[in-house]
Amino acid sequence: MNFPILSSLILLPIVGALFLFFTKDKEGNNLTAKYVALFTTVVNFLISIYLWISFDQSTSSFQFVEDRTWIEGVINYKVGVDGISILFIILTTFITPLCIISVNNSVKNRLRDFLIAILIMESFMIGVFCALDLVVFYLFFEAGLIPMFLIIGIWGGARRVYSAFKFFLYTLLGSVLMLVAIISIYWITGTTDVVQLYEIGIDVQYQNLLWLAFFSSFAVKTPMWPVHTWLPDAHVEAPTAGSVLLAAILLKMAGYGFIRFSLGLFPVASEVFTPLIYTLSVIAIIFTSLIALMQEDMKKLIAYSSVAHMGFVTLGIFTLQQQGIEGSIIQMISHGLVSAALFLTVGVVYDRMHSRLISTYGGLVSVIPKYSILFMLFALASLGLPGTSGFIGEFLILMGAFKDNFLVAVIASIGVILGAAYMLWLYKRVVFGKLLNEDLKKILDLNRSEYFILSCLAAPILFFGFYPDPLITTIEVSVTDLINMHNTNIASK
Amino acid sequence: MENLNLILPEIFISLSIMFLLILGVFKNDSSKITFNLSLFAILITTIITFNETFSVTRETLFNESVVIDSMSSLMKIITLIGGFLVLVISSTYLKTYKIYNIEYPVLILSSILGMMVMISSNDLIVFYMGLELQSLALYVLATYNRDQLKSSEGGLKYFVLSALSSGLLLYGCSLVYGFSGSTNFDIISNQLNSNEYVLTFGIVFILVGLAFKISAVPFHMWAPDVYEGSPTTVTLFFTIVPKIAALTVFIRFLYVPFLNLIDQWQMIIIFLSIASMVFGAVAAIGQTNIKRLIAYSSIGHIGYTLAGLTTASNEGIQSSIIYISIYVVMNLALFSCLLMLRRKNQYYENIDDLSGLSKNHPLLSLCLLIILFSLAGIPPLAGFFAKFYIFKAVLEQSMYFLAIVGLLSTVVAAFYYLRIIKIMYFDKEKDKYDTDHSLWLKSSLIVSTILILLYFIFPSQLIEVVSRINII
Repeated sequence: MNFPILSSLILLPIVGALFLFFTKDKEGNNLTAKYVALFTTVVNFLISIYLWISFDQSTSSFQFVEDRTWIEGVINYKVGVDGISILFIILTTFITPLCIISVNNSVKNRLRDFLIAILIMESFMIGVFCALDLVVFYLFFEAGLIPMFLIIGIWGGARRVYSAFKFFLYTLLGSVLMLVAIISIYWITGTTDVVQLYEIGIDVQYQNLLWLAFFSSFAVKTPMWPVHTWLPDAHVEAPTAGSVLLAAILLKMAGYGFIRFSLGLFPVASEVFTPLIYTLSVIAIIFTSLIALMQEDMKKLIAYSSVAHMGFVTLGIFTLQQQGIEGSIIQMISHGLVSAALFLTVGVVYDRMHSRLISTYGGLVSVIPKYSILFMLFALASLGLPGTSGFIGEFLILMGAFKDNFLVAVIASIGVILGAAYMLWLYKRVVFGKLLNEDLKKILDLNRSEYFILSCLAAPILFFGFYPDPLITTIEVSVTDLINMHNTNIASK
Repeated sequence: MENLNLILPEIFISLSIMFLLILGVFKNDSSKITFNLSLFAILITTIITFNETFSVTRETLFNESVVIDSMSSLMKIITLIGGFLVLVISSTYLKTYKIYNIEYPVLILSSILGMMVMISSNDLIVFYMGLELQSLALYVLATYNRDQLKSSEGGLKYFVLSALSSGLLLYGCSLVYGFSGSTNFDIISNQLNSNEYVLTFGIVFILVGLAFKISAVPFHMWAPDVYEGSPTTVTLFFTIVPKIAALTVFIRFLYVPFLNLIDQWQMIIIFLSIASMVFGAVAAIGQTNIKRLIAYSSIGHIGYTLAGLTTASNEGIQSSIIYISIYVVMNLALFSCLLMLRRKNQYYENIDDLSGLSKNHPLLSLCLLIILFSLAGIPPLAGFFAKFYIFKAVLEQSMYFLAIVGLLSTVVAAFYYLRIIKIMYFDKEKDKYDTDHSLWLKSSLIVSTILILLYFIFPSQLIEVVSRINII
């Protein structure tokens, strides 16, 4: 029982990275390094599955808690999971091995270093999701910038330097205010321990400013309109595995942060700023969907669709309804799977044709049918077709939104239609139509590893689309208690 | 009879200086032996300092003109270790430029002696004496590579401006003496009250002089030129060792004689701090020479250190001391990297020379990567914790403006650190550099990098040592 299972989840990838660091870097296809990384991440995945199995779904209190003195009297190293965070941890450990399998073709040089960066990234991301101390959270949250900066900068595309800088500086700028807020919380309440902070609460007079400081960080990371511009750049230039990590997991840090910290710590301020979030979310949904329609670059289109989907997530979180928050969490998980899958599908054709432009393609269905079927599944999941996980999330979010604010919900629903428009149009232009490009005739269908990765992603998308119950039971108690806590706080202010 | 054991380190180091000078005069070809002996002397001084003074909470000597307390002993030890490491990694560089002479270690030793006197001073006269001793040694060190135009130019600039600031400082001291009737810090502290209008001038003059010594904006103009012109090892010495001493004196002045006048100086220090943080970050962006860039970056770091001093709390002082200690380690590591950029007896010091370093020298560039991210203050590296403590202390006093400006300037500063990383990792590679570095250089790089990287595992130890310092 006292085995530090969460710390081992965090540490294992670092151990794997250290091991890789001390092995010799071979030129070309470094299979050994890949196997080591794969082994580490798969073991990590199995541990996290064990974590889910032994997780007690009937309580909302934090489980597997580890609490150690770190800086005497100031910070404790405290980690733990509840129903909300455990899903994100599993998402992280699930996506990372798939990323590592996918590096086959996209990373040509310095494979070992790339794997080290991915492993370190994984451990920081897990850390973010299980940190129960604000400073520990901040440490992991910021530390993730270093490997991601290198992943984009070293292995990225043509404009990689610009994108890497933009990514780094944008996120850092957002985060420094959060640091000020965290230290201020320490001086106001005397602790940075999230569990204690939930109990004692934060004085109402400080909440608005603190909420804004946290918001500045999470809004950049989400990303919300109008600070979303780093995302398309970073996505387009990052190598496929980097885009996948970025879309599937990094963006979820902010959504998670909104639920855990903004709602949990600043209930009054969350209520105050709900209109702001609604406005920004609705603008994000409509505006970026329209931008996505006009994109000529496939990766950019998916990046803008991510912004729109994250708009749904923030909208759902701040409905402060059971359905809305549950929907947001499921939407985040689903978007994690779907956007990862979409970036990988783009990666597949990019590796063969070295072009991300939609106009390069057309008529793929007649040459690579397997690919086209899977692509269709992911495109439909992205637009939220019933039967896929995307539907459950969007449906619950809109249900919550209708309860809270009719107008917002109606506008957001238009976003769903736009989402269908850009996704289907993309699919039509890439897969259907006449095969005009001569080079496309020689294109090969999915190889074994690609087929494996995409099927791995397709399975949970379909499974949770038809049977979302495992997800909902895991988060239900935690969300209910979060809302109850929120309501009592509001009532008692 | 005074307890002379307490100043045994100073006595020992002055005797060593004299001995080494005599040895240098009478023995031919004595540079190597002087080097080794001076290293040995610093080592012994460190041990003596540790043994005799580390456990002392507060003792005064010579009519209370010299004070030995936990701050002075800790800062002396950091100074000595800094001096030792500078000396130990400089030999290859000096040999390459054929300036491997006996004067170098002797000058370093004398400036260290001056700094130790400064650190321990509890009296205006003693303080000024120590200051001048270290400055004179530093003037000569700056021009040490006298065949190079830039070195001489830098040294001359340093001399003229530094002499001016010493003059201001002395004038300030005389004003303070005029109002308090004593040169002793404790007596001044009791005699001064804030109603005296002209007294403010005295304080301002003293603060200007001190700000010049630690190169805080707007008294920083000498730093980039001197840092660029001096031999790299001397630059390393400049960036770490005198700063420790000057910071100690700064703390001592602000919190012993001028403690009651906090309303007069607090705004000044806040201004110096903000100006240094912002200017250091902005001005470093356009630099092409690494040493100039380090000059601006060290100006920025001094701004953060000063931010801790504005708080008028023991936590603030302690956070400044922690900051400067971590900064010393980071700078040492950074210069170790710089000293490794040697190809065929020629050292390279432009940022472009780092281009594509990661392909040819993966380990070196990894170390540099860690150091630069740490300097930028990205967690979980040591530099983040340094800033964390500072801002924790600053926010305790609810100085939100200072904290926010400081943190925003870290974002600007991150840009130029990232630029170096970009050049190292994303650009095309150039020719390889030599790899036959001395063991000392390699180990100082590796050890300091590991300290930076793994500081987060044991952050409490440093705090424990520093938390013994209670000035107020």
